[in-house]
Amino acid sequence: MLAFNFFGATEGGLFDINATLPLMAIQVVALTYILNSLFFKPVGNVVEKREKFVSNNIIEAKNKLSEVKKLEADLLTQLQSARTEAQRIVSEAENESDKLYKEAIELANNEANASKEKARLAIESQTSAARDQLSKQADDLSELIVNRLILEK
Amino acid sequence: MFFNSLLTNFAALEVGQHLYWQIGNIRLHGQVFLTSWILLGALLVFISLGTKKMENDPKGLQNLLEFLWDYIRDLARTQIGEKVYRDWMPFIGTLFLFVFVSNWGGALIPWRLIKLPSGELGAPTADINTTIALALLVSLSYFYAGLSNKGWRYFEYYVHPTPIMLPFKILEDFTKPLSLSFRLFGNILADELVVGVLVFLVPLILPIPVMFLGLFTSAIQALIFATLAAYYIGEAVEEHH
Repeated sequence: MLAFNFFGATEGGLFDINATLPLMAIQVVALTYILNSLFFKPVGNVVEKREKFVSNNIIEAKNKLSEVKKLEADLLTQLQSARTEAQRIVSEAENESDKLYKEAIELANNEANASKEKARLAIESQTSAARDQLSKQADDLSELIVNRLILEK
Repeated sequence: MFFNSLLTNFAALEVGQHLYWQIGNIRLHGQVFLTSWILLGALLVFISLGTKKMENDPKGLQNLLEFLWDYIRDLARTQIGEKVYRDWMPFIGTLFLFVFVSNWGGALIPWRLIKLPSGELGAPTADINTTIALALLVSLSYFYAGLSNKGWRYFEYYVHPTPIMLPFKILEDFTKPLSLSFRLFGNILADELVVGVLVFLVPLILPIPVMFLGLFTSAIQALIFATLAAYYIGEAVEEHH
């Protein structure tokens, strides 16, 4: 064994190196194993399990959030398309009713025109008939007058 | 001779006196083992109590132990690196806890009230055997870490970045354990001596700030020891490109 004798002591001294050294080394190595099984492993397991749990939860929450965002966007596009669809239907219906209205008006107009025309034709024919009759009666009458005048003479 | 008698008699400090245990023909410093057993026993009891009922929502002691674990993990991870820090975390943590408990136990517990036939109880880290044992363990660890991780390529480290570094790197292998052990030993012993002398000269009030300084130094030394050990291991496993 190395033995520095400082301070003049025949035995001992500050730098008295002896079997304490290797035994202390063995003790520290043993302590490492004991602390590993008593402290580092169990505490590490608990801490790392919790860290995993927390990070898993964070990942899960992030996934859910992104899913929610996706669904939200999905719904928004659906809403948008529904809105445009509704608008389209409304405008279509408006066009349709407009068309129907116009058609109905046209039909009514046509009908009115037709009946007006018919009435006018009827009036015209009756007028000409009356006129014919009148001119015939006038002819008859003039003939009668003429005959009478001739007979009196 | 004169200095020795001056120190031992003047301050009633027993410097370099040991409680010898003789086992066969090997001799041990009994006081170092006695204090280390008491302190490590207390540490183990503390840890057993804290880890007895582990819950997912930490309470009380478990909280403290988890904080400690996290602290040691951060220390190991920053110095050693993400890849292998797990293998070395128990060793770094044990070094930290051992040095810390020894230092604080030596500073906080009034060991001097317990009379020994020879020598006196004190911080185990104030004995050169303990600190050299710790430092040599660190040396072995970083050699083992380097060789087991990189095989013979570990020795590339000695000629990195240029072969000029070779003698310095070889010298470093000797200065690393030397500085590790003597730094710890010197700080703790000096603290004990300063407090002892002050207590002897002025037993009231005056030693208290020095005692607080001692607690601070003790904690810092534990951190420095563990950080340097982790740094040496990290240096050994680091890949050079």
